[in-house]
Amino acid sequence: MTADRPRGPGNPLQALDAPLAFIGRRAAEAVLVMLAIAVIAFAVKGALGDPLREIMGEAVPETQRAELRHRLGLDVPWPTQLARYLGHAAQGDLGQSYIYKRSTLEVVLAKFPASFELVLAASLIVLLISLPAGIHCAVKPRSLGARLILGLSVIGISVPVFLTGIILISIFSVCLGWLPAFGRGETVHIGFWETGLLTLDGLKHLLLPAVTLSSIMLPLFIRLVRGAMLDQLGTDYVRTARAKGASRLRVWLHHALRNALLPLVAIAGLQIGNMLAFTLLTETVFQWPGMGFLFLEAVTRADVPLITTYLVAVGFLFVVTNTLADVVSLWLDPRISLEGRR
Amino acid sequence: MSGESARTVAASLRSFALDRPGSMVAAVLLATIALAALAAPLIAPQNPFDLASFDVLDADLPPFWLAGSDPRFLLGTDSQGRDLLSAILYGTRISLTVGVLAVAIQAAIGIPLGLIAGYVGGRVDNLVARVADVQLSLSTLIIAIIALALVRAGLGGEALGRLAVPLLVLVIGIAEWPTFARTARAATFAEGAKDHVRAAKALGASNAAVIRRHILPNILSPLIVVATTQIAGAIMAEAALSFLGLGLPITQPSLGTLIRSGYDLIFAGIWWVTVLPGLTLVGVLVAVNVLGDALRDALDPRLTLS
Repeated sequence: MTADRPRGPGNPLQALDAPLAFIGRRAAEAVLVMLAIAVIAFAVKGALGDPLREIMGEAVPETQRAELRHRLGLDVPWPTQLARYLGHAAQGDLGQSYIYKRSTLEVVLAKFPASFELVLAASLIVLLISLPAGIHCAVKPRSLGARLILGLSVIGISVPVFLTGIILISIFSVCLGWLPAFGRGETVHIGFWETGLLTLDGLKHLLLPAVTLSSIMLPLFIRLVRGAMLDQLGTDYVRTARAKGASRLRVWLHHALRNALLPLVAIAGLQIGNMLAFTLLTETVFQWPGMGFLFLEAVTRADVPLITTYLVAVGFLFVVTNTLADVVSLWLDPRISLEGRR
Repeated sequence: MSGESARTVAASLRSFALDRPGSMVAAVLLATIALAALAAPLIAPQNPFDLASFDVLDADLPPFWLAGSDPRFLLGTDSQGRDLLSAILYGTRISLTVGVLAVAIQAAIGIPLGLIAGYVGGRVDNLVARVADVQLSLSTLIIAIIALALVRAGLGGEALGRLAVPLLVLVIGIAEWPTFARTARAATFAEGAKDHVRAAKALGASNAAVIRRHILPNILSPLIVVATTQIAGAIMAEAALSFLGLGLPITQPSLGTLIRSGYDLIFAGIWWVTVLPGLTLVGVLVAVNVLGDALRDALDPRLTLS
């Protein structure tokens, strides 16, 4: 991307400029993608619902219908409607929910903390287990532990996430009665953010859903960490480091793991879609009041504005995560931005 | 198809059967389940789709090893009085059918695109790879969930129920073609550089003939491996969608629907309605995944060396 500019490390401006230009270009791409998503949401809205029927029912005279149509701005050509929709969307107005009679964006955002805390807790579990387990499988491939971990991960991949949830509920809630089976429990408001992380009851409610959600991502990440580590362990610089007398642990963690993290971040960024789907399933099993649970409620009750707002929100999450993953990759590996001057 | 490569595949399969007893167990388990599911109309004690034949007095009976069971219902009944064994047999049949058909669609879209991309290269290749990347990054399950949710919101739950099987097959089929395309592309790319392909081209064989006779038979191994894991994925996706109420209705239950329908009952201690279909599903998935891993080792010697 900087091919047409003066090359070489002698240009002091470029060192600053390249990462910024990269981030700027990614941001511009992100805005374009969001625009496309908003257009899709508009199309879905048009295809799915007749707001007139929703608001006044069937048995209303045509004159009244025409008046309402005018008031709602439905009597103008669709490009004008689209422009209006995008204009409102840019100001954070994505319509009114039929069920909640409130701004759909407010409704969806109010559910965001629940989903976010669930994903955060599950990611922590995945991180804390997959890194040591994956490294162990890479450095000691023939050990009993490694075989056990890989064998279990085949089974783990084969158990659907909703079934894991049901099994955990059967054991820990129904049989043993140790942990609650559904809901978020007691929550605390910090500004607009409703958190369940600060009360014991909230944490108890979080445990089973978080373990369930992490169980489906764990096998994948153990295999990813193992694969990335194996790639690094075979490289010349790792051999050189060993030959120079660096301890095994130092080579594993300092040399191999650091470089193995790079492809991991990129792939983890690509997992956001799966994570959303699995979160939706987990929320359904545990009746966790998050965005996915809300979306299914909106679908069953045909709340079209709420459905399209969820789509926009999910699209936004996609774009943010992918952009973040790119920026983190850039931070971990400056070569990405400096390609032009190497 | 060239006889040479078919023989190689057959030989690999034979060595696979002898060297890996664990995978043989998986294969036998899968074959048994698949046969029982196929023969469901012949061996099932009851037609689980015929709501009129259920008796509410038979509801919530436990399986045969628990007290209070009824010899007519080996695995017990659900809250409508539906025989669970019959429901599981028919449900497995639906789950397997949707899985296999969806993968057939994936292959039908993905393999030709991958072959063409890998063979032609250049811009076509770039385009296919780019589209595949974008679609894979969205994830099958979320695409399928959103697509079916929109159908349901638009047509209503009842219409979705009637169209469930073709819709699930289409949605899961279209959402997952990139995996096949990628595998076919990479393999075609590697195969295209080999001498026998170059020789065939030099001798004046048409592009179609080169692809059909010299490339396709030689890239079958990785495609078979991908197909196995894809079937597991498709069965899992179908179960997830049905569990969310976006797939098959309770009048025509798949394994996912059965798990969903029994879910509320676990709090009343009636766990079998959920757990037994769940175990069947896990059995099928573990068997298919173990087979997939074993096939990968048997058909792709490069991976066993590393």
